[in-house]
Amino acid sequence: MRKVALVGTGLAKFTKDDVSIESLMLLAIKSLFENTQNVTQKDIDVVLTSTSDNSKYLSSIISELTGLTPKISHSVESLCNSGANSTVSAFAYVASGLADVALVIGAERFDSPGLVLEWDKSRGQYKHPIYWSSMFTKAHMRKYGTTKEDLAIVSAKNHKNATANPYAYFEKEYSIDEIMQSKNLTEDVRLLDCSLPCSGSAAILLVSEEIAKKITDCPIWITGIGQKTISAGFTKNTDLTTMKSTIDAATDAYKMSNIQPTDIDVAEIHDAFTICEIIELEDLRFAKKGKGSNYARNCYETQDRKINPRGGLIGSGHPLGATGIAQIVEIVQQLQEKAGKRQVQDAKVGLVQNMSAAATSSTVLILQS
Amino acid sequence: MTVFERELKNGKFVCSECVNCNKLVWPPSDFCNSCFSKVRWRQLSTAAVLVEFSKKDDTVFCIAELEGTIRVMGALETDAKELTVGQELHLVKCDYDGKEKFVFHVK
Repeated sequence: MRKVALVGTGLAKFTKDDVSIESLMLLAIKSLFENTQNVTQKDIDVVLTSTSDNSKYLSSIISELTGLTPKISHSVESLCNSGANSTVSAFAYVASGLADVALVIGAERFDSPGLVLEWDKSRGQYKHPIYWSSMFTKAHMRKYGTTKEDLAIVSAKNHKNATANPYAYFEKEYSIDEIMQSKNLTEDVRLLDCSLPCSGSAAILLVSEEIAKKITDCPIWITGIGQKTISAGFTKNTDLTTMKSTIDAATDAYKMSNIQPTDIDVAEIHDAFTICEIIELEDLRFAKKGKGSNYARNCYETQDRKINPRGGLIGSGHPLGATGIAQIVEIVQQLQEKAGKRQVQDAKVGLVQNMSAAATSSTVLILQS
Repeated sequence: MTVFERELKNGKFVCSECVNCNKLVWPPSDFCNSCFSKVRWRQLSTAAVLVEFSKKDDTVFCIAELEGTIRVMGALETDAKELTVGQELHLVKCDYDGKEKFVFHVK
């Protein structure tokens, strides 16, 4: 298997703008080509589009609109982890030798049809994500004594981090008190515990080792990949205090890259809701089980940006198909020491965790400079 | 409308059950997800166990488990001040109006 490097990134600001999925993707691709030297359209031999938008033949349309004639071109749809999953597909094409240069673009509109999974009959009439997140929250509170203030700290931390991210939807800090007083959507989930669906896009360029040397002197290597699907239906999560798919995906990613959780310098993790970050900190083995909230609180109090430096989904907004790609863009920038005000010092090893549909599937990537 | 949806609308919670290995296949499907045999429709017992719960406005919503394996989210109509995970419920109503609806009471 060949080594695969990330050598280019592009982003468009996350907004509530009513623009087409094609226009959103064009913005991120334009940004990537402007940011990346020594690459032209004719070099691209894979184009993958990541979205839950109801579009047809999108990767070919995007190719035409950007002057690309790739060998391989298709869409990847997997709800909220479409981004990381399309990156894994691009990795496989390059690692196998089937292709050398892969462009992956993720985008979503604020009104994406991917926001609710109608198929899931096990959710009954409670199909909106606030209901599954309430179940995880209640279960974690009962078992580990997690409090509503613990949840609020995650939101405060990620909103604060997002103020240094020029591409984030949110542009202001929220105090713990403001978050505690925000509207109760359910008994256990408040408005500011939630990430916000929005419009946005992100793009990355994956290349073989040989090509990487020609493009950049600071390639970022994908050294670990783990993916796991346990089901599509929410109620197959038998233990609601944990995310089994994330545990399995992380185990495989750590093993593939031969590193330990303690080696991770910076991570973007899928805080669709505040409880998600707390559980993920535990399931990624950054914290012991039941201690995820302590870990997040310590990051907040010490202004440590290690976890979700761009603001995560809560601070940046959550354009489904773009989210995983935007997480990867952030970690690449961190490891290249190009993250500006968000820079985590001496970051050499990074992690991305991107999950879907109430943690029924997860993808974990390890990136290294 | 599928058999599952039509039966729900008639007030019956039916699930696909394998004709070969008797596994309940949930959510409903056309074939067994263990042995790919055909399935038949079987009405489930109304006895249930409370797995988890929360509240929206004044309505409790919950995950309930039927027959030790089928977990579903539904409304829990109750005046009880305290609910306990593991306590017995029963399914008192189901319906389909584009969404599946299940209503439970405390036993």
